[in-house]
Formats: sequence, structure tokens, C-alpha cells
Amino acid sequence: MTRTVRRTRRPLPWAAGGAAALLALSACSSSGSDSSAKPDSSGSGEPSGEVTVFAAASLKESFTTLGEQFEKEHPGTKVTFSFGGSDSLAASITGGAPADVFAAASPKTMKIVTDAQDASGAPATFVRNELEIATLPGNPGKISSLKDLTKAGLKVVLCDEEVPCGAAAQKALDASRLKLTPVSYEQDVKAALTKVELKEADAAVVYRTDVHAAGDKVAGVEFPESADAVNDYPIALLKDAKNAEAAKAFIALVRSAEGQKVLSGAGFLKP
Amino acid sequence: MTLPTDKPRTAAGTLRPGSPRRRRVRTGVPLPLLIPALLGLAFLIVPLAALLVRTPWQSLPAQLTSPEVWQALKLSLICATLATGVSLVIGVPLAWLLARVDFPGRGLVRALVTLPLVLPPVVGGVALLMALGRNGIVGQWLDSWFGITLPFTTAGVVIAEAFVAMPFLVISVEGTLRAADPRYEEAAATLGASRFTAFRRVTLPLIAPGIAAGAVLAWARALGEFGATITFAGNFPGRTQTMPLAVYLALQSDPEAATALSLVLLAVSIVVLAGLRDRWMSAG
Amino acid sequence: MNRTRTATGPSVDGLDARLVVDRGTFRLDVALAVAPGEVVALLGPNGAGKTTALRVLAGLTPLTDGHLRLDGTELDRMPPESRPVGVVFQDYLLFPHLTALDNVAFGPRCQGATKAEARAQAAEWLDRLGLAAHTGAKPRRLSGGQAQRVALARALATRPRLLLLDEPLAALDARTRLEVRARLRRHLADFEAVAVLVTHDPLDAMVLADRLVVVEHGRVVQEGTPADIARHPRTDYIARLVGLNLYRGEADGHGVRLADGPSLTTTEVLSGPVFVAFPPSAVTLHRERPTGSSARNVWRCEVAGMETHGDQIRADLTGELPLVADLTTVAAAELGLHPGAEVWATVKAAQTHAYPV
Repeated sequence: MTRTVRRTRRPLPWAAGGAAALLALSACSSSGSDSSAKPDSSGSGEPSGEVTVFAAASLKESFTTLGEQFEKEHPGTKVTFSFGGSDSLAASITGGAPADVFAAASPKTMKIVTDAQDASGAPATFVRNELEIATLPGNPGKISSLKDLTKAGLKVVLCDEEVPCGAAAQKALDASRLKLTPVSYEQDVKAALTKVELKEADAAVVYRTDVHAAGDKVAGVEFPESADAVNDYPIALLKDAKNAEAAKAFIALVRSAEGQKVLSGAGFLKP
Repeated sequence: MTLPTDKPRTAAGTLRPGSPRRRRVRTGVPLPLLIPALLGLAFLIVPLAALLVRTPWQSLPAQLTSPEVWQALKLSLICATLATGVSLVIGVPLAWLLARVDFPGRGLVRALVTLPLVLPPVVGGVALLMALGRNGIVGQWLDSWFGITLPFTTAGVVIAEAFVAMPFLVISVEGTLRAADPRYEEAAATLGASRFTAFRRVTLPLIAPGIAAGAVLAWARALGEFGATITFAGNFPGRTQTMPLAVYLALQSDPEAATALSLVLLAVSIVVLAGLRDRWMSAG
Repeated sequence: MNRTRTATGPSVDGLDARLVVDRGTFRLDVALAVAPGEVVALLGPNGAGKTTALRVLAGLTPLTDGHLRLDGTELDRMPPESRPVGVVFQDYLLFPHLTALDNVAFGPRCQGATKAEARAQAAEWLDRLGLAAHTGAKPRRLSGGQAQRVALARALATRPRLLLLDEPLAALDARTRLEVRARLRRHLADFEAVAVLVTHDPLDAMVLADRLVVVEHGRVVQEGTPADIARHPRTDYIARLVGLNLYRGEADGHGVRLADGPSLTTTEVLSGPVFVAFPPSAVTLHRERPTGSSARNVWRCEVAGMETHGDQIRADLTGELPLVADLTTVAAAELGLHPGAEVWATVKAAQTHAYPV
């Protein structure tokens, strides 16, 4: 286990090194076998061993499905995921956390990794996420457009402008010259969605995938202005990948027709 | 810094070398206590000191003069004070009930009272929504009968803060009540005082220092409240955006601003707590 | 409920009570009848149930059984604040945050007087008890004796029909005690309603009370005037309290055969079960077996312990008859008394006192 840490080549700030060590420990302990972490340098073409994927939280359901599919298609492989906020994942990667693949929820967060020269090759956009209005089941407020959200008496929550979904929503509102005063600027997209799920707010502007994941607890209303605020999801192979072969194969699966089917099932749009 | 343990050694050395009696006269702090104590102090102080060190002092004046900061600070102080008031009005009688009335299931009730202490505040906020929200089990009646909805209002902030802060007050006051001699209440009863009069005219003045200490704890907790507030009351500048919420959201894009805001909150807390301590706690 | 009345108590005025409290291993069952103007002391060792009895009278502990009537009114279901009862607690329990005046005014205030009225009454009570100079003092500034008087004033200010005093002098030092005891005696003599005090000190009880009720293990073991009880103790506890040697035995003429010991000769002619008592001063000690002594009561004893008792030596003896003897220091020195020494004890029949059980 300590070997993994020692292999980290670049000198690290003390705190980041500590965090990396912790991450490395947790990654190793979840893998179970040390031998699987060895790079597959035989070049036989058939991926094997363990592949570690850092992915945005919104990808959790679809990537978990894809991971199982990958392990089935390539016996002898094991996909380990770390889901989280794209920002913090990017910070871990630049801090030296051992990962093979990074799938981010925005080009901005991917840029953190590419700027640090931690990606191998250019990142590719594999899905896009669009905004959608989440409203109460059955749409009692008869909301059909972004403009309807400005109706008096309607309680609308938006994400705070500091977080991506809020910035995107503001972009869409600005593009259509709408002025919307919400009852609250929520700290993240899940919090905004929760307010509608608990029927405290009548509507929220969230991602399509979130409306999807909420099932019948909310009703989704698409609006054309969302095209002005589409969020691209980039994926990249990392430079320090220990299992580049399997990592490449996983990225290929995500971008394949098969992978795209799973992702669009979760509400993502094709790139 | 001079360690207190250094003193006895120098004293023994200069006055009467090797005399054990001399050494015992001075009260040295035993190392097994001193070292963890200093470690504990450092553990609490170093992060705060780091905040000071990393504060962007150049941009601080600009941060402090921004109306948003004042708005959030004002709202924080008002809501924390109101939440403390609410906690006092309903928390002190609750503490009295727990300390003085023997009823079945008292142990369970006491555990329930302290539950908000262990509940993640965000969960507390969701629970409040389920209870007092527009669609909550109590909130729906508030809405349909009185037209009151609490989420996304300043009142909602006060409620969320009181929910999280009140256990501190109840525990503190209950402890003081248990330590106070219940026979004073009996003496009052033999003089013709009802239990309420005895509580108001005898018990309350006797436990005032404990109540003050509990109120200060509750106020401090309410001032720093984040999770329950943002979940129950949302985040809207001037109405529900308190300092901790402003700090958290600033942290997403501008960590420097967040540091500056934290410093303001820290400074105000220190001033208020130090002031209250001198005024109230030393008297007790 | 048991409605039996005690022999002394079928009066309408005053206190008529049978107090029964059951607390698992401890059971209190005490009947009390006290006329207005009478002062009764509940006397007994620690743990006898005296304070419990007092708490029951005040309404602070509920009755398990029995009855409680004061001036013809049933009190047993009345909450303490409604009872016309005043209590002076052992450590006074003066409210520390209030001045002496406001402590005394507390009762009248609770009874509905305005603040000014209550304070006027309080000032009058404090004045009557000689505390006019201390009305503005907080309890911690008062001496023990002053605090005791403030507590008495506070209890009297509610004009109770039953005044209860729990060990009223126990918290005082010996010197203050003497003075306060005399004062309290006067105040209690002036009090026109029922007064019950609880004490474990026989001197307090005898000075302050008209009648003693001795309680042991939750029961009344003896009742009577102080003089009567001092002369005729019926239990070892009382005998020790009043400083008498007490034995129980079977009388047959002048002789009394003790339960497990030798015989005693007395002046009284009795038969059947009797108590025999004599004071420690009636005992004479000898180094040798006395010959030709007129004393018929002669026992061989061993000194178990000695202590000074005033200007005398009190010797604790074991042997044929366990007894306590008083002798002068000179006599003790002449006898060469020391723990373990063997002595002969004699008591003149004329100094013993026998009375039926």
C-alpha cells in the first residue's frame, strides 16, 4: 500500500499528499488484491485488472450500470468508481490521487485537470445535460415555459449562481430576457430538487437527468431556452493511469452506441 | 512561553537543592495533563489562526463595506437572537419539566430532546420541512387555516436555528436545575406559592447564571447554523441568507471572499461572547 | 381509611393526625394530637422518621394512610401551598436572592397582599423578632441566629395554624444555640396555634416543648411531659438521652430479676414486668469487693471506656451488669481507673426507681 504512495512522482504539498495517501489507502482497500493494480504492459489488447474511474455524481446510476456491463464483457477486470462533485474530484486528481479515468460534469472542471497536465490526450465530450423545469407531479401550476415561472404566487427555487446549475439557469433566463425572483437560491441542484419533491416549492430549474432520477416525485417540463445553457460532460484518460489499456476500453464503452443507450436512458443528451 | 512546570525546578534549585518539601509547595502541572491540554488548545486555535494568516487583508475593507455582507451579518445576528429567545421561552420550561417532574418515559424524552445534537443539521432541515413545510404534517394546517408558510421566510430561519440550538439550552438549564436545591421550591410552597409562582420567583432567579450560560451556547450555535437553515429556509439575500450561507456559497467560486466573511463572523462572535461572559457568567 | 382517634385528640381545634407513610422497608405510623397553644416535640434518633412526619404535615410528602385534620379541616389532600402551615427548615432555606424583608414578605405576597402591604407586614415581623436593623440584608450576610429568626418570621408571616420546626437549632454553634433557644422558647410560648418541632437533641426538646413524642423506627415509643419522660424512660435510647441506666425485668416485691443478668433490689414493691432506672451518679465504684456495705446491689464489672463529662468522669462498664457510672476525677485517680481495670459497682436501693412497663 505504501508503495502506491511512494510512486507518486511529483513533490506534493503536505496536505495534498496526506489526502492522496488517504485516497490511495481507500482505493487499495476497496480493490482487495494488490496484484490487480499492476499495469498491464503485455499489450495483448484484451483489457484485464482493475480500472479506477473518477466520475461526477450525476453519472452515478448510469456509470454503475456501465461498469457492471464492462466487467461482464471483459472477464478479469474490475471497475472501481469514486463519485463526487466534479470540483473536488479534479482537486484530488491534481493532488495525485490514483485514477485512470476522469468523467467531469463541466468543461470547466476538466480544464483544471488538463491545465495540470494530468490528462493523456484531449478530453472528449461524451454526453450533454440540459436544463429542465421540475414541477409538482401532474403540473398543477400548468407550467409550460420558462416564462410561466415568473407568474405571481408561484414559488420557484433556483440554484445559486455560484454553482453550475444556477449559472446555467441564469444564462437561459438572460437569453430570453426574463427576470425571475425565486424564493431561494439553493446550494446545489439536489437541494433545489428536494424542495420540489417535498412540495415546498412549485418549481425548480434543474438538470434533465435530475428530473429523470426523481421518477414520479416531480414532473419535468422542457423549455427551448435550455438549448442556450447546455452542459457538456467531458471524459479523459489520465496520464498517471496504471491500467491505460482497460481505461481506454472503458472510455470506448461509454462512447459506444451501447453506452450512449444507457446514458440517454438516464436523461443525458448525445454530444 | 514559560511552562509552569519550569518554575518549581528553578525554585528548588536556587533555594534548597533537592528538598522534596520545597517542590511540593509549588503546584506544578503534571506533564501527562499539560501536554494533552496544550495539544487540545493548539488543535482548537491553529485552524482559527490559519484563517487569520490566510485572510486577504487587502481585499478585506472592500468585503466589509459591501452591503451584502452587512445584510447577511445583520440577518444572522437578528435571527440568532430571536432563536435564542424562542429557545428560552419554550426551552427553560422544558428543562424544568425534565428536571423536576417525574413522569413515565422521562429518560426517553430526555434522549429525544438531545436528538437534534446528533442529527446532521441537513436532516434536521428536511425533518422541519416535513413537519412545518407547506406540505408538512403540521405546516399544511398552518397554511390552510392561517395562511402561514414558514419555509423561505426569515421566521423559517429562526425556527431552523432554534431547532438546532435549543438542545444546548435545555441540557445546560436542566443540569443547573438538577444541581439547584429543590427544597427552595418546597419552602416556597409552604409559604403559599403555587408551583408556577415558586418557579418564577424562586427557581428562576436561582438558576439565572445557568440560563445565561445556556443562552450564550444556544446563541453561538444558532449564529453558526448552516445545514438546517439552508434546507428549511433556503437562501435568499436579505431574507434568509445568513452569514454561514453566504460563506458557503462564496466558497464555491471565491475562497478569498469566503475567508473574509468567516473572519467577520468570527470577530462578531468573539466580541459578543466575551462581552456576555464578563457580564453574566462571572456573576454566577 | 382508619378513623380511630387517639385518646387525647377528639378536640375540634388543633391538630389531630395519624400519619402513615409506607416506603418499602420503612414504615412511619405516628398518631399526633396537639391542642392550640401547645408545643410538641418529636424526639428521636436519626432515621426514626421525624422529618418524614414533618414533611407529611407540611404536605411535601403524601400520606399512604391515616388522616390529617387541623382545626376540624381535612388537610390530607390539600397541596402544601393551600395549607395553613408554616415551616422553619433545618438549614432555613432562606431565598438567597432576596433580602430578609423580601424573604418574610414572600408569604403574604403569595397570599394576595400587595407588595407594599406584604413589606409592611414583613417589617413588623422582623421588628418583633428584633431584626429591624437587618431588613435589607441578603441571607448570606446574616449570622446563624439572625437567619434562624428570619426563617421564623417568614414562617409566622403567613399566620399559620400549624407551625413546624425541623431541628431549629441544629445549624447553630453551641454559644449561639443557648441564646437562640431561650428566644425561640419565648416566641413559641407566644404562638397561639399548634407548634410541632422535630429534634434529636433532648435538651432542645425539653426546653422548647410542652410535651414530647419520642419516635423510634417510625413508631411512637413514649409520649409525655419532659419531666415525666426524663424520670421514666421506656427505651434505651431515651434512657441514654436523659442520662439514666435503664433495665427491664420481672419484679417480685423489692427484687427485680433482669431479663438476662443479675437481680436488682429497689425500694418500690411491684410485681410483673417493670423498668428499673438509676442515674450514673448513683453508682459507686470500689477496687475491692465492698464488705459490710449497705448497698445490696453489688456487681463485678470491667471498665470498657472513660470520658470526661463536665467536671466529672463518666465510666462505661461491662460485666455482670452493663452500666454507666459518674465519679469525680479525684475518685477516678484514687481508684486508678483505666480501660480494662476490674472494679466493683454498688447502687443503693433508695437511688433506683422501678415502674411498671
